[in-house]
Amino acid sequence: MTERGSATFEEIHSVEKGNFATAGQGAAAFKNMLKKLGVNSSVVRRVAIASYEAEINLAIHSDGGKLVLSVYPGKIRLVSEDIGPGIADIELAMQEGYSTATEEVRMLGFGAGMGMPNMKRCSDSFDLKSALGKGTTITMEFNL
Amino acid sequence: MTVSQLIDALEMKLLTKGTDISREIKGGCVCDLLSLVMANGTEGMAWITVQSHLNVVAVASLHDFACVIVCDGCEVDADTVAKAEEEGITVLSSALSGYEIAGRMYEKGVK
Repeated sequence: MTERGSATFEEIHSVEKGNFATAGQGAAAFKNMLKKLGVNSSVVRRVAIASYEAEINLAIHSDGGKLVLSVYPGKIRLVSEDIGPGIADIELAMQEGYSTATEEVRMLGFGAGMGMPNMKRCSDSFDLKSALGKGTTITMEFNL
Repeated sequence: MTVSQLIDALEMKLLTKGTDISREIKGGCVCDLLSLVMANGTEGMAWITVQSHLNVVAVASLHDFACVIVCDGCEVDADTVAKAEEEGITVLSSALSGYEIAGRMYEKGVK
């Protein structure tokens, strides 16, 4: 975290609770920015997938939050931060196929319990911190 | 096979205006689970689905798919079409089932 503030580029995208209509805009903006910076297309793709999953998770599960993308000389950091409600059982939440999403959300083709496993798979490092009643912070890094 | 050739061969309805239908289709997937498409999609795919809400465009755009095919005669919202045009994603609709569309695309060399 010592590098925070020294990022070459930084972009922030806010996500409102329950707003599916605009979900994907953050991921699209990040993707375009990284493409313009000339980042390797396979890295751009992994960051875009992880951003999209994080964005959808914020819309489905959080009370609101934001995604922060920071580009450093040797790596990209993607942080998803929300204002609650926090995850009760992190181990369970990381399990592929486990989801607390509503039936309505599942009908849209989400809530399959693949979001966080997808994020972990796409990133080179994945760290999840959560406190009930406080919120969740996911930090992912991608090597350049 | 290009998107344009696919439209002619399977008599599909082109819902979007102004997108590039001369693009080559490099592969396909039949799936209604967005996370799975997000995990496994690759550039240039034709995605066959019964989902037709706005997030379909977001996923297709992130992967730079050649087109989205809404199958089984499912309706597509005007919002989705407008968003797809904005993002340059071609959306087609067909009364055929996903199974049949995939089979016929495969037969025509999309593998």
